[in-house]
Amino acid sequence: MNVSRRGFFKVCAAGMTGSSLATMGFAPTAALAEVRQYKLAHATETRSICPYCSVSCGTLVYSMGDKSKNAKARIFHIEGDPDNPVNRGSLCPKGAGLLDMVHSPLRLTHPEVREPGSNEWKRISWDEAFDRIARHMKADRDANFIEKNDAGLTVNRWNTFGFLASSAASNEPGYLTHKVLRGLGAVAFDTQARI
Amino acid sequence: MTNHWVDIKNADLVLIMGGNAAEAHICGFKWVQEAKQGRKARLVVVDPRFTRSAAVSDYYAPIRAGSDIAFLSGVIHYLLENDKIQHEYVKTHTNAPFLINPDFGFEDGLFSGYNADKRNYDKSTWSYQMGEDGYARVDPTLQDPNCVFQLMKKHFARYDADTVSRITGTPKDAFLKVCEMIAECSAPNRTMTILYALGWTQHSVGSQNIRTMAMIQLLLGNMGMAGGGINALRGHANVQGITDQCLFGESLPGYLHEPTDAEPTLESFVTKRTPKMLRPGQMNYWSNYSKFFVSLLKAFYGPNATADNNFGYDWLPKQDTAYDVLAMFERMHQGRMNGFACQGFNPLASVANKGKVSAALSKLKYLVVIDPLATDTSEFWKNHGELNKVDPAQIQTEVFRLPAALFAEHEGSFTNSSRVIQWHWKAADGPGETREDTEILGQLFTRLRAMYTSEGGAFPEQLMKLHWPYRIPSHPSAEELAREISGYAVSDLADASGNVTVKAGEQVAGFAVLRNDGSTACGNWLYSGMWSQAGNLTARRDNSDPTGLGQSLNWGFAWPANRRILYNRASCDASGKPWDPSRNILHWNGKAWGGNDVPDMRPNAAPEEGVGAFIMTGEGVARLFAPGMVEGPFPEHYEPFETPLGKNPMHPDVPAVVSNPAARVYKGDMEVFGKADEFPYVATTYRLAEHFHFWTKTSKINAILQPEHFVEISEELAAEKGIRKGDVVTVRSNRGHIKAVAVVTRRIPVLTVEGRKVHTVGIPLHYGFKGETKPGYITNTLTPFVGDANSQTPEYKAFLVDIEKA
Repeated sequence: MNVSRRGFFKVCAAGMTGSSLATMGFAPTAALAEVRQYKLAHATETRSICPYCSVSCGTLVYSMGDKSKNAKARIFHIEGDPDNPVNRGSLCPKGAGLLDMVHSPLRLTHPEVREPGSNEWKRISWDEAFDRIARHMKADRDANFIEKNDAGLTVNRWNTFGFLASSAASNEPGYLTHKVLRGLGAVAFDTQARI
Repeated sequence: MTNHWVDIKNADLVLIMGGNAAEAHICGFKWVQEAKQGRKARLVVVDPRFTRSAAVSDYYAPIRAGSDIAFLSGVIHYLLENDKIQHEYVKTHTNAPFLINPDFGFEDGLFSGYNADKRNYDKSTWSYQMGEDGYARVDPTLQDPNCVFQLMKKHFARYDADTVSRITGTPKDAFLKVCEMIAECSAPNRTMTILYALGWTQHSVGSQNIRTMAMIQLLLGNMGMAGGGINALRGHANVQGITDQCLFGESLPGYLHEPTDAEPTLESFVTKRTPKMLRPGQMNYWSNYSKFFVSLLKAFYGPNATADNNFGYDWLPKQDTAYDVLAMFERMHQGRMNGFACQGFNPLASVANKGKVSAALSKLKYLVVIDPLATDTSEFWKNHGELNKVDPAQIQTEVFRLPAALFAEHEGSFTNSSRVIQWHWKAADGPGETREDTEILGQLFTRLRAMYTSEGGAFPEQLMKLHWPYRIPSHPSAEELAREISGYAVSDLADASGNVTVKAGEQVAGFAVLRNDGSTACGNWLYSGMWSQAGNLTARRDNSDPTGLGQSLNWGFAWPANRRILYNRASCDASGKPWDPSRNILHWNGKAWGGNDVPDMRPNAAPEEGVGAFIMTGEGVARLFAPGMVEGPFPEHYEPFETPLGKNPMHPDVPAVVSNPAARVYKGDMEVFGKADEFPYVATTYRLAEHFHFWTKTSKINAILQPEHFVEISEELAAEKGIRKGDVVTVRSNRGHIKAVAVVTRRIPVLTVEGRKVHTVGIPLHYGFKGETKPGYITNTLTPFVGDANSQTPEYKAFLVDIEKA
């Protein structure tokens, strides 16, 4: 019986103890080359939903890393979730390509600004982006806010700022977007759902 | 969808019209195949193109893009003429017996009350006759000449098969064959399901397209039935959810109205929005409007909202006019907007008339793009050669681009087309400095609030009073928000005898316990119950289906109240017996309603009480006559704004009714509608199996599968224009042009309309100048800037072009 180190541990895991094997005269020889391990076997499986069409197929997203604090997860495989009563494990040509979208070279990785009249993007920090945008919004709102209409009725609206909301966002950011917009007095907003 | 994806398998006839499920909703389409295999169901496809859905259908009928109402009105005529309706259903569950104001009329393509200057209707004659008891009058015999049923007969009598064929280009025998198959479903135990999508919505008569089909489903007795219903196959994975959160200027979450200038007080608002009961003993569920609305104000403004300040009603902005996407770009184009934000939205590519959108964006002071990917919109200012011919130096818009997380990089819930809310978990962080949408919004809001605290400004109270109870204020969590959406008790809730049923701080079980006294808070009443005291019900993963009808009641949580088939009370006759016992989803057991779904009915409402199945209406029944519609209580065929005919064949001598007389058209847009002499071909835009909107063009594998922009034309048109397969062609509308590769195919039928040939040019829309696909023109360069009169969804599906070899 010729058992490699890796195979030896497998045999052990199958229920026998190493010591009893050893006493029977089987000792592992050193492995010369390790067989490539299946990534899925030690991947973290996360249940998610394909973001494309409204069939909203259940997906299983496989990532390396065990979600512990210091481990940076990286998604390496996405497939249909067989438990989902609608798609039952299948994905279409759109959904089957999800991984390439997740890792698309067109993913944005940092905030940028294109200054007026400029022909290029300039990298900025999140702090700078948030502060500059908030500054713009405040100046706009302060200058154009309408407290009362011509008839003297309270209307408290700001209609020189508009917002197009995503249908790819989850319900929770969708609701938060609505709440924040009303909290600023916004009336000019719409979503992809209309078109 | 009134029904749901898996329920499609319960149908006897599947009609796909105004959609192409086999390509656009592939994994949902499997339930059509299941119906064909399991029930021997037949699939009928009506479409301007021989689509992949058509390729696996039992019967295909071609139709001219933009003539669906004529086709469907013809079906109604056929059903009425041949007495193929479900009589008892129509009498019990629709407003067919209701008597209409004798002053209501229809002449020369216009209903009574039209105002040509304003392009709208005074609807006062579109009303019921009211009896002395305060309720609408009815004639159960359906004989009164002013009852809805008789008015319908008269209205649709004009749509005989010859007329339909002449307008739609559908051969008469094909039209009649489809009518026959549909008519078979008038038997109480046979159901048709209709699957439609943007092919119906994206017309200037989009809402009426759908409504006409809804009328057919009511006449056949298919609403509320397993395997029936009206099923909108919607766009993104959460387009239904975002619709329900009502990210529309004119709405508040849960389809509540945003107050307008005409409702200056809470009392005037609630009075106006609460419908009156129109027949005795009805549920009239919207009578609870104030409970849902005040609970929303409590979710928005928390402890700041009190009875003394009308629960913060004044802090809510009041709407003065339309701010839908077309209206916003019109305002922007007029220079009346300063700032704009696009969250996961690519309007340069997806809104009509790219030239106008681009000019409008160029007038902004600041644009904020929040997206996981580099969109075309984010670079509207950049010169991409002939694909985006602009001069950056002339564009003074300051553009910010913020990297957002994708679906797998945050947790939260998506609502699918079946209205089933499902939780998804986070698998990994996004690349680089990506942040979640909730944090981007949280950061912006908390920073703005800090600025207003330290500096003051315009009405700071509006920001300060917003309830912001989140543990990390700059990053509210999905869990916190889901709980707020579902709703909680602000103070102890007691029942009639004073026993506390829900303690302060507890999650409510559903919208039935919401109150209008400030004791409950609920961000979206329709979603109430998604996160109850039992926990997050959207995360439930029990897919068991004990009856085999596919209901899976313990998978996720469906709105409303976990109900899987809307109007399911209508699946039973007046006495509470199912029309089809073999597909029993609900029945009256002598004491209560029960079965394989959550009843769409007060559970203890005995059939003798006569409570109607359509609980959201004041009538308690479904409306065949619907005064809520903008352009008429009955549908009428109007041509697309760009028509190959130049007239409305139903009213050839009335120029005012060529196209939808109540549709909003802006000055400047009317002038650039093309005419058939210059642009003789009907264009229609659509999606491919391998691509999703403008999103998958960023994905390598999808770019390999469908790499390049193309247009489809018939062999006959190709021969006429000297175009060969693979040639690059220029397609021109009166608003601009695109170039793409010609696909010459028999899949595009040539139709005979009004005695002449009508050619169709099919244009997929997935391409643009940013992406892994070959850089291409943006299809919406061509499309007209006009929307459906009710919903303002742009008319992408029927417009005029010319085509030539480039």
